[in-house]
Amino acid sequence: MNAAQTAMGLEARPRVAGHFRLQWEEVQKAWVLLYPEGMVKLNGSAGEIMQRLDGEKTVQALIDELESSFDTSGLTQDVLDFLAIAQRQGWVKP
Amino acid sequence: MNAASATTGIASAPATQPGPPLWLLAELTYRCPLHCVFCYNPVDFAQTSTELSTADWLRVLREARAAGSVQCGFSGGEPMLRDDLEELVAEAHRLGFYTNLLTSGVGLTEARATALKQAGLDHIQLSFQDSTRELNDFLSHTKTFDLKRRASDIIKSHGWPMVLNCVIHRLNIDYIGQIIELAVELGAEYLELANSQYYSWAEINRDGLLPSREQLERAEALTNDYREKLGVKIRIFFVVPDYYETRPKKCMNGWGNVFLTITPDGMALPCHTAKMLKGITFPNVREMSVQDIWHTAPGFNHFRGDSWMKEPCRSCPEKEKDLGGCRCQALMLTGDAANADPVCDKSPFHHRVQEAVAYAQVPNAQRANVKPLVFRDPKVSCQLAEAGSVTFL
Repeated sequence: MNAAQTAMGLEARPRVAGHFRLQWEEVQKAWVLLYPEGMVKLNGSAGEIMQRLDGEKTVQALIDELESSFDTSGLTQDVLDFLAIAQRQGWVKP
Repeated sequence: MNAASATTGIASAPATQPGPPLWLLAELTYRCPLHCVFCYNPVDFAQTSTELSTADWLRVLREARAAGSVQCGFSGGEPMLRDDLEELVAEAHRLGFYTNLLTSGVGLTEARATALKQAGLDHIQLSFQDSTRELNDFLSHTKTFDLKRRASDIIKSHGWPMVLNCVIHRLNIDYIGQIIELAVELGAEYLELANSQYYSWAEINRDGLLPSREQLERAEALTNDYREKLGVKIRIFFVVPDYYETRPKKCMNGWGNVFLTITPDGMALPCHTAKMLKGITFPNVREMSVQDIWHTAPGFNHFRGDSWMKEPCRSCPEKEKDLGGCRCQALMLTGDAANADPVCDKSPFHHRVQEAVAYAQVPNAQRANVKPLVFRDPKVSCQLAEAGSVTFL
């Protein structure tokens, strides 16, 4: 991708992109992204990140929330790496 | 934390414990205003008994959703011919399905589009270049073009993502550039250039539809040029016909693994052409719940796993990769559904695919005794079924 492909910074307020729908699937015990005739099954970490994207919260606030929820630290790089992938796949918009 | 490996894709499940039927294809009706020569509906579709009622379909949707189905495709025939389409879409939406409508656009009026939007329909796949009878209309941008233009305008104005699907074959493959330009002009997000695969009506018409290698290579190169030129504006999928491959595809992502098709009269199938496998008894949703069908019906367990395989598949190092290919293609071209898909060049029947491919290289003008194309039509369907013509080899 081109213009949209600038890396997402800590001040970005990402959201799930337009034609994707994020939902919890009880049978699969996983968060999934649905789009025309397709599905992405997210792993646990990706699901934790994606379900918190609301277009309001900054990436920094998201990281703080995750670190607090899971009583851990040092998630910044993992979150940024995932968001870069998710943006490249078109799942999220900054 | 390992968020980078976010996708698991759709993995194959062990034979004993299939994953959920993620894809539910609801074939609401075999009725259709079109007469496509490549239609995958069964050749004997006109002998199908009564269509499922609204109440039946509502129950199927609830049962399938509880079993883990998440994508629901409303298809046909032409699904717009069912008056209860809006009601079914609304229930599917309420249940949490991602709802897809697969339509020719015939009957998609502004009023129905509004009702479908209110019902929660997520996406519309619009097919175009529906039949070779309309080829001239299409190429001259007349009737078909106007219809598709109206339908796509309606789709876009309601904010749906639009997938345009065009079945590609010998008679239209040389116009692939015009087809791509039309898709761009109509504002499609995705374009599927799906080469016809040779089942049902397309199988009858195979000699008239299979493109030459030269046609195919030119079309693929042109598609790649357009992809480069158009960038992310439109995503173009180009599906090569199996006959030009030397390894089969993993049909339906594995038999009874992901896909569940319900036919208009309620038969549950692991793929939309599996009804042709006459030796296998497939269950009906009128008599069995979706959950039981998926997990216990013998028809669904028949080709799960690999214990059914014969040589050369049984000892093949690639057997997990393609699971022996397509059972229907094996039946049609070898007479036994448990044989390797003869698209595979390890199959002792591969020469039957090669013969069809060799004939495809003969220009139409040099062909003798050319069979006319057979158009999908209820009357022809009855004649073919009664004549017992639906046999293979």
